[in-house]
Amino acid sequence: MRDNEYILQFNNVCFRYEGDEENVVLPLALDNINLNIKKGEFVAVLGHNGSGKSTLAKLCNALLVPESGKVIAAGMDTSDSIHEYDIRQHIGVVFQNPDNQIVATIVEEDVAFGPENLGVEPKEIRRRVDEALKTVGMYEYRLHEPHKLSGGQKQRVAIAGILAMMTDCIVLDEPTAMLDPIGRREVLKTIGKLNKELGITIVFITHFMNEAVAADRVIIMDSAKILLDGTPKEVFKERNLLKKVGLGIPPAAELAHKLRKTLPDFPDGILTADEFAERFITYARA
Amino acid sequence: MPVLETKNLTYQYGAGTPFCVTALDDVSVSIEKGELVGIIGHTGSGKSTLMQHFNALLKPDKGQVLLEGKDINENKQAGLEARFKVGLCFQYPEYQLFEATVYKDIAYGPANMKLDGKEVDARVRQAAEYVGIPPDMLEKSPFDLSGGEKRRAAIAGVMAMRPEILILDEPTAGLDPSGRSKIMELIVNYKKTTGNTVLLVSHSMDEIAAVSDRILVMKGGKIAMFDSVKHVFGRVSELISMGLFVPEITNIMLKLKERGVGVRTDIFTLEGAANELLHLLFLH
Repeated sequence: MRDNEYILQFNNVCFRYEGDEENVVLPLALDNINLNIKKGEFVAVLGHNGSGKSTLAKLCNALLVPESGKVIAAGMDTSDSIHEYDIRQHIGVVFQNPDNQIVATIVEEDVAFGPENLGVEPKEIRRRVDEALKTVGMYEYRLHEPHKLSGGQKQRVAIAGILAMMTDCIVLDEPTAMLDPIGRREVLKTIGKLNKELGITIVFITHFMNEAVAADRVIIMDSAKILLDGTPKEVFKERNLLKKVGLGIPPAAELAHKLRKTLPDFPDGILTADEFAERFITYARA
Repeated sequence: MPVLETKNLTYQYGAGTPFCVTALDDVSVSIEKGELVGIIGHTGSGKSTLMQHFNALLKPDKGQVLLEGKDINENKQAGLEARFKVGLCFQYPEYQLFEATVYKDIAYGPANMKLDGKEVDARVRQAAEYVGIPPDMLEKSPFDLSGGEKRRAAIAGVMAMRPEILILDEPTAGLDPSGRSKIMELIVNYKKTTGNTVLLVSHSMDEIAAVSDRILVMKGGKIAMFDSVKHVFGRVSELISMGLFVPEITNIMLKLKERGVGVRTDIFTLEGAANELLHLLFLH
């Protein structure tokens, strides 16, 4: 496989944070991570707090660099600080707290902040800002004050800010954690659209199982390592292992599991409520 | 006699300005001692405004808030009493940690109640133990704790006041699954061991369904429903029309019904769903 099929490559990556106290060496936050993410993939990363998933996000665009091993982002070594600027034109990050990433007092100015800093010419900035806001469904709010928006709207503005930089990969670190169910749905829909319609690579970090179901690929992190890596069907089959590391499986999968205790031939690999309903009906007819 | 009651409570934000919003509109509700009430409603439905009336943080424009039969806005003393008897734990309470040590932070509430030093100490240690904060962590700065630990320390600070009514606004928001289940366990235990009343605001219908005795549904500043878990989630179409969601298990039952399967849809537990579906299959 040619290297440039990958937007992100982690080769034997180790990372640890520096503690406040001298002579105290903290444990590895990432322990020998090997991971390749293809252009256009939609990857969900799941794990409990402290499993290393946010550290992984920050290594994607050189906010952090590995202690050993290499992260290659859009073909560039993130440890080489000369690439820092270029890497961030390819890989953008959206964080958990919408209030911490808004810098301007008007929505469209906030979205323009990224491309302005890249030195894009004003006419092109205008075009990109409008386009980005339309994509996330926030165009009609372009003259609003960001602090008066709902959490879900703020996150969509943050996503638009990354879109306006025209990065080809967006890493989202628990973007839905602080949102209500409606905000969560808005953001998820937007992420899906970016991936399916614009072909943007998505690395989506979350601890909601049901949000990971929509991804092409699910990676489970535990204790600084990758525990599982596969399609949602493959990964959520590992019910016992997931329970052991403090995660669960989607409720539809859990219900199917429960039915299989009485009906061993009840179908496996069910992840969503719709799938459950379909498979249940087929099963009942047979 | 109900432990907490509102009578025709009305509250407006920005009254007298063009931006006036009626946040609570003639709300009368009564809550019994020892029950765990789950509170749900769309963002902006008035949940938080109602909670803030329960310990006199907000004063009603019209109507009354009665705590054990006494109007908490009658005089200053009654208001102060409400502050101690009704413990309010806001969203992201860890943002309100401010002391130099976890110990001092948990002690802040009980110390303000003018309890003697020994009693404060006993309460701090008990509350810490209760939420799973080990003694050596008490001397740490709250800012050195993990997200889940900070949240539990903040909740301990409210619990140390031993409120007769404990109100928690989205206590599990932003936590991972194991952090969430730890907090939920704490809340249920608080109710069980103290016999006190708990009001829980949450967007997670699964959490609400799992622990509530009754569910209060708010819509546009009014009470839309106040009933048992079974009855509230039995009215799924109304909940959905209010922009609310239903527990995942209920959603599965709905999807089956949409496809013409004759299942009940007032089911919200895994056990209940499995039994209903097995029953259905064996009837055929």
